[in-house]
Amino acid sequence: MRTNSRNFYLIPYVLWIALFVVAPLLLVLYYSFFDIEGHFTFENYRNFFTPVYLKMTLSSFWYAFLITLFSLLIAYPTAYLLTKTKHKQLWLLLIILPSWINLLLKAYAFLGIFGTYGAANSFLDAMGIGSRQILFTDFSFIFVSVYIFLPFMILPIYNSLDELNPTLLDASNDLGGSSWVTFKRVIFPLTLDGVKAGCQIVFIPALSLFMLTRLIAGNRVITLGTAIEQHFLVTQDWGMGSTIAVFLIIAMVIIMVLTGRRKRGIL
Amino acid sequence: MKKNRKWPAFYLALIFIILYAPIFYLIFYSFNSGGTMYQFEGFTLDWYRELFADTRLLIIVLNTVIIALLSAAISTIIGVAGALAISYARKRRVKNTLLSLNNVLIVSPDVIIGASFLILFTMIGLKLGFVSVLLAHIAFSVPIVVLMVLPKIEEMSTSMIYAAMDLGASRFDVLTKVILPYITPGIFAGFFMALTYSLDDFAVTFFVTGNGFTTLSVEIYSLARRGVSLNINALSALLFLFTIILVIGYYFITKRNEKPNGMGVRQ
Repeated sequence: MRTNSRNFYLIPYVLWIALFVVAPLLLVLYYSFFDIEGHFTFENYRNFFTPVYLKMTLSSFWYAFLITLFSLLIAYPTAYLLTKTKHKQLWLLLIILPSWINLLLKAYAFLGIFGTYGAANSFLDAMGIGSRQILFTDFSFIFVSVYIFLPFMILPIYNSLDELNPTLLDASNDLGGSSWVTFKRVIFPLTLDGVKAGCQIVFIPALSLFMLTRLIAGNRVITLGTAIEQHFLVTQDWGMGSTIAVFLIIAMVIIMVLTGRRKRGIL
Repeated sequence: MKKNRKWPAFYLALIFIILYAPIFYLIFYSFNSGGTMYQFEGFTLDWYRELFADTRLLIIVLNTVIIALLSAAISTIIGVAGALAISYARKRRVKNTLLSLNNVLIVSPDVIIGASFLILFTMIGLKLGFVSVLLAHIAFSVPIVVLMVLPKIEEMSTSMIYAAMDLGASRFDVLTKVILPYITPGIFAGFFMALTYSLDDFAVTFFVTGNGFTTLSVEIYSLARRGVSLNINALSALLFLFTIILVIGYYFITKRNEKPNGMGVRQ
């Protein structure tokens, strides 16, 4: 009786896992062994290790790294200061709120702000620097990406800062630690979990952005995501697209393993 | 510490301004009679009028809402079943396996989900359009619902179930009269999260939508690629309003949980 009812709950869920988790991943792997005409081949993998794709992979990682780094540098102080405010839950909600606005709309807004006659250029003009090309540059791409990922970086760091036991800070103070030493030796190590989680949440999507590269970077930046989209929807070379996807999945797993051990204690 | 009390407030204010600037920039220019996003010529409601006269766009909005509501409802059902299945799993190994499989779609980049679903649907022979988009949205919403519901089930004391059974309740009664009412806040939170994920999604939809069917995100993307048009601004103002209402609803639902970390998105 008990097993029966348990199986009953399992049916729809396991069906979902089989159909939408396991099958798609296997299909991607399967398709990576076929060329554009449908012949079985290892050609895609050989292609991936040519300079064109390796360079693209490298630059994709480089941009993702920069985006993660800047998000972290901005998010950590923000999260820290947020925990110090009154009504911190409300402020946190206000920080998170923009992330609920459709991503495309935010990207579109930057088309106006960074455009030739946009707000950013008017500002530069007023400062006496003069207007310049901002849209379709590396700067605009990284800025908008950081803008979009910032809330996702702030949230886990905020959570881990919030869980920090305040008596530890008092102890550090009593023992004569300056605020910098306290930060370096106590606060940061104890919130490393949140930092890792944040980096994971930002880095993986940053590897695979494609609409921002098209809208904001004007196709100048090509990430793994852009390449996959290109192969699947434009050139229709699903085999090569799948091969890149396989490498993206491998990269993802590595990142998860590196940043994943959240529950087991760090120390 | 005491003398620099000003800069934290300044820093936080700056972050808030940057986070909200693009959104208000969009809304501000939606009232611009000039037709561009850089010179404000005069106040007008023309863009809103044009928006409401555009039946094609209204149908797209309707599609988006229908997809969101349907996919959120169905994924909530599957997700609750999944959460129950996971919590009933006695063996640690089974439980961990189910949980890891559950999280695959959450951490996977959208591009991979989109591309692999495209392969899947094409393999099955499903015509791309409403059904494929709906299935994809259900698929990526299920794990979110599971993650929102599972903690609620885990925190429920088993003695309540035993008490109900001692009092002669059937398993169905236990489910509908004890378990479901207890986890209702989690279910609602899951439903709202699924709803917003569905409304917000671009990348996955972009892959599995055919030629005839679009959702709002995809439509905004293709409009934005063509350049600035203030219809989108008017649309974004309305969406912003709608999102705020959703978030407030979600906030109050999770508030009722009285758990301090009711903000969601915590893996």
